[in-house]
Amino acid sequence: MIARDVTLARLRAALAAAPPTPVRHRPGHRRQGELPPGDPELVDLLAERLTDYRAQVYRATGAAVADTVAGILAAEGATAVVVPPGLPADWRPGGIEVVVDDDLSADRLAELDAVVTAAAVAVAETGTIVLDAAADQGRRIISLLPDRHVCVVRPEQVVATVPEALARLTPGHPLTWISGPSATSDIELNRVEGVHGPRRLHVVLTDG
Amino acid sequence: MRIALFVTCLADTLFPEAARATVRLLERLGHQVAFPEEQTCCGQMHVNTGYPDDALRLVRRHVRAFAPYDVVVAPSGSCVGSVRHQHAMVARRAGDERLAGRAEEVARHTYELSELLVDVLGVTDVGAYYPHRVTYHPTCHSLRMLRVGDRPLRLLREVRGLDLVELPQAEQCCGFGGTFAVKNADTSTAMLADKMRHVLATRADVCTAGDASCLMHIGGGLSRLRAGVRTVHLAEILASTEAGRSGDPTGRTTEGVAR
Amino acid sequence: MTETFLGLPATAPPGVGHLRGDEPFPVAARRALADPQLRRNLRHATGTIRAKSSAVISEVPDWPELRAAGRAIKSDTMARLPELLEQLEAAVTAAGGTVHWATDAVEANRIVTDLVRATGADRVMKVKSMATQEIGLNEALEAAGIEPVETDLAELIVQLGRDRPSHILVPAIHRNRAEIREVFLREMPGVDPALTDEPAALAAAARRHLRATFLSTKVAVSGANFAVAETGTLAVVESEGNGRMCLTLPETLITVMGIEKVIPTWDDLGVFLQLLPRASTGERMNPYTSMWTGVTPGDGPQQVHLVLLDNGRSAVLADEVGRQVLHCIRCSACLNVCPVYERTGGHAYGSVYPGPIGAVLSPQLTGVADNASLPYASSLCGACFDACPVMIDIPSVLVHLRARHVAERRAAHRMPSAEAVAMAAAAYTMDHPRLYAAAQRAAGLGRIAGRALPPPLNGWTASRDMPAAPPQTFRQWWSERRRDDRP
Ligand code: SF4
Repeated sequence: MIARDVTLARLRAALAAAPPTPVRHRPGHRRQGELPPGDPELVDLLAERLTDYRAQVYRATGAAVADTVAGILAAEGATAVVVPPGLPADWRPGGIEVVVDDDLSADRLAELDAVVTAAAVAVAETGTIVLDAAADQGRRIISLLPDRHVCVVRPEQVVATVPEALARLTPGHPLTWISGPSATSDIELNRVEGVHGPRRLHVVLTDG
Repeated sequence: MRIALFVTCLADTLFPEAARATVRLLERLGHQVAFPEEQTCCGQMHVNTGYPDDALRLVRRHVRAFAPYDVVVAPSGSCVGSVRHQHAMVARRAGDERLAGRAEEVARHTYELSELLVDVLGVTDVGAYYPHRVTYHPTCHSLRMLRVGDRPLRLLREVRGLDLVELPQAEQCCGFGGTFAVKNADTSTAMLADKMRHVLATRADVCTAGDASCLMHIGGGLSRLRAGVRTVHLAEILASTEAGRSGDPTGRTTEGVAR
Repeated sequence: MTETFLGLPATAPPGVGHLRGDEPFPVAARRALADPQLRRNLRHATGTIRAKSSAVISEVPDWPELRAAGRAIKSDTMARLPELLEQLEAAVTAAGGTVHWATDAVEANRIVTDLVRATGADRVMKVKSMATQEIGLNEALEAAGIEPVETDLAELIVQLGRDRPSHILVPAIHRNRAEIREVFLREMPGVDPALTDEPAALAAAARRHLRATFLSTKVAVSGANFAVAETGTLAVVESEGNGRMCLTLPETLITVMGIEKVIPTWDDLGVFLQLLPRASTGERMNPYTSMWTGVTPGDGPQQVHLVLLDNGRSAVLADEVGRQVLHCIRCSACLNVCPVYERTGGHAYGSVYPGPIGAVLSPQLTGVADNASLPYASSLCGACFDACPVMIDIPSVLVHLRARHVAERRAAHRMPSAEAVAMAAAAYTMDHPRLYAAAQRAAGLGRIAGRALPPPLNGWTASRDMPAAPPQTFRQWWSERRRDDRP
């Protein structure tokens, strides 16, 4: 408790020594893009920006999601996939072992080839998908340990800007903002894909 | 228009041709130039080296010398930067709010040469003739403190006979930085070496800029290399006409002196 | 006699952490400048990042507004720092986290060490964090028999190579791919001897190397890029996924954060999440950003700690001009555009904070006397100010710190320095036009001796020629002309 009081007293003394001018006015900035959420052009922009950062993008009608996901997993050679308990039943791929997460251990998850989740919101301008650990996305760990992440995004979830995304999210939830597969810029400052997170990110954009 | 010349101590002492060219250029354009003789130095070196208290008397002198004039010009981005961004601060540090206010007033009327020509006098074609291959180095203080932007280039593009070539990585500092060049001489030299490499790559005969200090630095390096590239202040190029190499009846130029 | 009052702003204590170098900047810089490989690596890397960054910044229509907003939010934060920290503490605690306060590096190291000991673990995994480097946490953990494992690729390269970090964002920026491969071959147990220097192959090697560590380590230590006072949310911005691993897999998570990282509201994140990646790695958005608020039952670490670190920050806050340096979001843009950093690299700055931000932060954290050469390690070209996403006026702070250094020296010594004497004399002369004119003539005469200056100015003429003195000053010319003009 002492350190707390000392620190706060120091900071108050520092401010008292040279009182700062209070900031009354905060300059505004752009909060919304030109296009409303879900606008087809916005979805196109999201697709373009995701592709730019080496995510694979697919389009599927609502009814064809399961088949599209199954096709992706087959092409990846995946044999077992984990899904969160709340993933819509009609998105579950066939022809592959589907494991529903039920507090699976880290070691078990690390053995699985892929994960399929929904998303909370997507930011078109930055090519970002945000997961908020809701039932259709699951615990953070399930989208982290398998090497391939397949994420299904609905059009109404696509917004233009970062501020729009923040306004839709609930602060208390654990959030993961994902922009492309795991990457590093640590070697000569060039972006190289594939370090610790999933090395492949597949995004399925549905039409509803 | 009556324009007061803020000559700067460096140009006064070591590069008078840049100042003389400024006078000739403005007179040729039909303006009257005044030279307040009590001016000496803006005090930038003192401020930038950590001696703002010593700079106070120089700020006071500068304000006294230039307060009577409506328009002040200096052939130096760096010294204008000091007037605009440091003088009031020096006065306030010393608790002299009145001086700070007057310094701000003087600063509002003080222009770097290219600003004066383009913004105040509204000219880009000053009728100059300079038949050389020239590259322009945008000095840091002109570029980032004053934001003169492309004004010098617009002026140079109108000079007849002048072949303007772009300087690679032009916006990188030449490494002068006042006492930086002394206190961190090795790093300064490394920066200068790259600047010279880029200047030489342009195959220009002349490297120009709006600051005598940076030109002294770059020119000093090129001279040591015997590189055959001269440094010439922007004012001298703009003052040159077909009648005289630099419009000076005596025909003397800065490079002429240096030879 | 000096007496330290507990409640007065204090600088970071010596003898712990990495804020002080062993030698002055010019000496260290000289050695670095002589290393052509280092110069090549830095030129290549900083050139790459500058190009990437300016491309993605030009896509943002309101970049100037975002920068201004970033500055305003941070100014507001600093003006209300004590209240915001209390608010943050309450929000984190309400969400199931535990908040600790550390006045300095020694206390922070002790808090973290005790927390790790209490779990019984003898190994922790770490997400790259400047705060823990600043306080020397790794050394403190090792001294307590706890092994810290750096999981960020660049930190791993530095740790394996027993090297020092030289950049805030890319600590191994001074190493090129061939050198990294050598470090891996030499130091990484079980590495494939056929490893190539392809960046993808090097990244894959790091993935294999750390996989078991991630799965078996029970405690992680992280920093935080942002902490939202209103909600108690902490954020870590990263690329590789090592951050996600450390923030998700262990049982215990300990976050060490400088107190200036707090921001008031959730909405404020919208400004910084746009500024940081574009200014930092030159990406529209970094691959991963994690946000957590205390403990989430059933998801991630169930023991969550936050250590709030002062370690000299209160002293920075006390300086009216210098306090804006606390606005820094550690993007490293100022390093990448700095012509001095590009040539000397980060080690020359001594402290873990290199480049322009280091030159204004380290001397304030330690007191200027302990990093006296850093405020002078700049030509004041201003490129850092233009690049800074939160508009910190670094050149003005540098000049201010030079004045502080001069004033402190003056107060501490009875004899003025030679420089101070010369400066006072110059100001006096220039305030007396007759003396000034005489000095001008002497300056002309002085150089008859040749094109070199006497010490201490000979550093300049070592590689440059002084211009030949003109036969006449401008002032002389003007008065002669006026005489001639007279009818
Ligand atoms: S000072 Fe500005 S540019 Fe430098 S690291 Fe901090 S935020 Fe980035």
